[in-house]
Amino acid sequence: MRYLPKSDIERSEMLRVLGVDSLDHLFAHLPDEVRLKRPLNIPAGKSEYEIIDYFRARGAECADGYASFLGAGVYRHYRPVLVDTVVSRSEFLTSYTPYQAEISQGTLTTIFEFQTMLCQLTGMEVANASMYDGSTAVPEAAMMAMRLTGRDRILVARSVHPEYREVLSTYARHQGMPVVEVDYEIETGAVDASDLEKKIDDQTAAVIIQSPNFFGIVEEVRRAAEIAHRKGALLIYVFSEAVSLGLVEPPRDADIVAGELQSFAISPSYGGPFAGIIATKEKFMRQMPGRVVGETKDTRGNRAFCLTLAAREQHIRREKATSNICTNQALVALMATVFMTVYGKQGLRELAEHNLSKAHYLAQKLPLRFSGPFFNEFVVSTASPDAINHSLLEKGIIGGLPLGRYYPELENSMLLCATEMSRRHEMDTVARLFTP
Amino acid sequence: MIKKVRPHVNQNELLLFERSSPGKRGYQLPPLDVPAVDPASALGAQNTRAEIADFPEVSEVEAIRHFTRLSTHNYAIDLGLYPLGSCTMKYNPRVNEQVARMDGLAWAHPYQPESLAQGIMQVMATLEQMLAEITGMDAVTLQPAAGAHGEFTGILMVRAWLQSQGHPRKKLLIPDSAHGTNPATATMAGYAVENIRSNALGMVDVEQLARVVDEDVAALMLTNPNTLGVFEEHITRIAGILHAKGAQLYMDGANMNALVGIARPGDFGADVMHLNLHKTFSTPHGGGGPGSGPVAVKQHLIPFLPKPRLMRRNDGWSWNYDLPQSIGRVRAFYGNVGMHIRALAYILAHGGDGLRNATLDAVLNSNYLRVLLEPYYDLPHQAPTLHECVFSDARQAKRGVRTGDIAKRLIDYGFHPYTVSFPLIVPGAMMIEPTETESKAELDLFVDALISIAKEIEETPDLVLTAPHDTRTSRVDEVTAARKPILRWKPEPK
Repeated sequence: MRYLPKSDIERSEMLRVLGVDSLDHLFAHLPDEVRLKRPLNIPAGKSEYEIIDYFRARGAECADGYASFLGAGVYRHYRPVLVDTVVSRSEFLTSYTPYQAEISQGTLTTIFEFQTMLCQLTGMEVANASMYDGSTAVPEAAMMAMRLTGRDRILVARSVHPEYREVLSTYARHQGMPVVEVDYEIETGAVDASDLEKKIDDQTAAVIIQSPNFFGIVEEVRRAAEIAHRKGALLIYVFSEAVSLGLVEPPRDADIVAGELQSFAISPSYGGPFAGIIATKEKFMRQMPGRVVGETKDTRGNRAFCLTLAAREQHIRREKATSNICTNQALVALMATVFMTVYGKQGLRELAEHNLSKAHYLAQKLPLRFSGPFFNEFVVSTASPDAINHSLLEKGIIGGLPLGRYYPELENSMLLCATEMSRRHEMDTVARLFTP
Repeated sequence: MIKKVRPHVNQNELLLFERSSPGKRGYQLPPLDVPAVDPASALGAQNTRAEIADFPEVSEVEAIRHFTRLSTHNYAIDLGLYPLGSCTMKYNPRVNEQVARMDGLAWAHPYQPESLAQGIMQVMATLEQMLAEITGMDAVTLQPAAGAHGEFTGILMVRAWLQSQGHPRKKLLIPDSAHGTNPATATMAGYAVENIRSNALGMVDVEQLARVVDEDVAALMLTNPNTLGVFEEHITRIAGILHAKGAQLYMDGANMNALVGIARPGDFGADVMHLNLHKTFSTPHGGGGPGSGPVAVKQHLIPFLPKPRLMRRNDGWSWNYDLPQSIGRVRAFYGNVGMHIRALAYILAHGGDGLRNATLDAVLNSNYLRVLLEPYYDLPHQAPTLHECVFSDARQAKRGVRTGDIAKRLIDYGFHPYTVSFPLIVPGAMMIEPTETESKAELDLFVDALISIAKEIEETPDLVLTAPHDTRTSRVDEVTAARKPILRWKPEPK
């Protein structure tokens, strides 16, 4: 096996040191009844180029080369070459969680920069080093709100990503955390403020909204925050399209931000690995889950960074920890860090403007379902989303997401997304199908 | 004598924000091929932000130098032995990185039509099948994003199964040698924790277990081999005790790399277990993730697996959402698929025999270190060990030098330290796991280093107490970091 760096001669020398005559002897103490008495039923090991062939063939069985207008939480954005160049550095790729600060300053420094940029983007005061993804950041934020308020009820807008809400309900069920859904306005597609007013009460720990929401609509964050705060609840702001933060007013009125960074140079990769984050106000930081890096000094007085606030975490607090999260998404967060660095202050805004312009170009000729302001995705009405998608597939284009599965009342609707990678002629092809 | 390394010049690097200057850029967008839309009129002025204050502005050259310089401030497996016990820092084959980036796989959208996702679904189905074969379990979900997430998923399934019989029960039993994630998981799943003491050999005390298992116990969460590297020899009896009272055996598969091809949890009584693809199956740790934590179950738990599940239809693979007893989703989409690709590439490269040989070498390496280091360091548990061994600093502590100090001194010798102060049942623990991908030469250097440090502690303990000496960053003040947290850069006040 080519990954095993020993010759049989060396193995024999080592066995001699151990005073045993075979490798199997090392397992002699295992009871006979637990021993596997046959070879594993897995084919013989393959060479490197057989492996490449195998996966190339699997890739060819997917939508390689198709244009796509799918968004819905996973976006096609250009990945600058620098991203993979940096994350392929052995020192980032093959290091562990930076417990030993003296020989992990590379990772620690980039995480500190990541935390800083996430604060700058979201208008929050502190951010953690990453969560698994946006969907799991949502229940973690909700549990954080429960701890902060001492209340247990959660209101979540129906315009939050349906799969995020499913994950929230899986987590909530065993936390004694009732989750109540708040409607969206059928005209605008934004959260229905009057329904929110009606459902909020003084047992409500948090109100969760997403912006741009699942329908692509930019929400009025301040209004939702006012309603939440009036009842002593916290506002949790969720985002799944991070590029929007280049243009959309940051959620300064929110108390906790739970987001997904896939848009920042993270491959769609059939849904993962992505990177989530939680950001919040400084006064709430000790209830924040996940790893956090802080600045300090070494014994020579030089600036240094280290993992900190570990008193919140499972390896110290065990059953009293803020979360069981351990491994998170460091390398993926580094992709996002490099992406933010490459685009920078001007570039992220320009990129967001391109997304806005492309989506509005595509939308102008289509029957929009909602009237609210949108960023780079929107809902259109059509008698048969499946028929449209079928016609597009024949032209090498993957259309939008039919919404009936998630919202029965939107059976005749589909969610379309355009990014900087959408080409004008492809958008024209889509538009033509809607205008016979 | 430090043989593995000698100091060299290493560049300083400012933070990005300190490198920035207005107007610098490292990007260029193509010309917009549609009319530009005014943000304020499209979104409303109140919804449109001003500039992102203090966000970096650097050129491409400065960006790549920044990250490359920072990378040289890290240690990594590709530089040498990384013997963190329980973390399984093995070589991460580079071909796995390449195949995970193939266009059809890397650019697959989770909502693209199933007919255009057959290749990637085939990858996932094949991995599920092979993990089931390796563990001896009946079905696998790839949805959980990491080991702790897998624990949570597995325990929720136990809970749902018990609930389907009338009552979810109240508590989980967890040995005192367990990873901290186990008790934290129990809390998240709504269970109380009862700690189980280990016996003198470092194993579960079976008699005590028999006394505490009753109808309130939902499951025992057991790591096998445990965090001492010791195989729980009475595992079938343990499973029997639990099953007799209707409780489940949850196996934490963090140490599965000690068993692959040798023994299968499904054959020794486990009902549900998670695997860490970033440990046993070599997906890179990346400085702390991404991981992936598939969960394998026995037949009776299959109805409770998270949804959706892969299902074979006549014309190919499909996602099945019609699972009325499922615990629901634990994550959006289908899991960390990029990690599934890498893990499958690892399994394919080894084949069945190669996987078994990897286990043999991992156990050989660990025992080799154990035998050579035992004359110099205290080994509190004498039971045979598999893939890792745990020493204590008992002898060195008499000279005032603790496990954390020895760890820091190892850095001067060119090694990443072992796991410090874990498991908790060993005071002053030094937990060493070399993995199978270390050569004899690298192991010999490591032994030399630890022997040399043991001598230094006798002769010049201060040298060890103040280590590391040769790193660009000396010992870091973690106390102040926690007391006065600075968690982000801020501009100097003007």
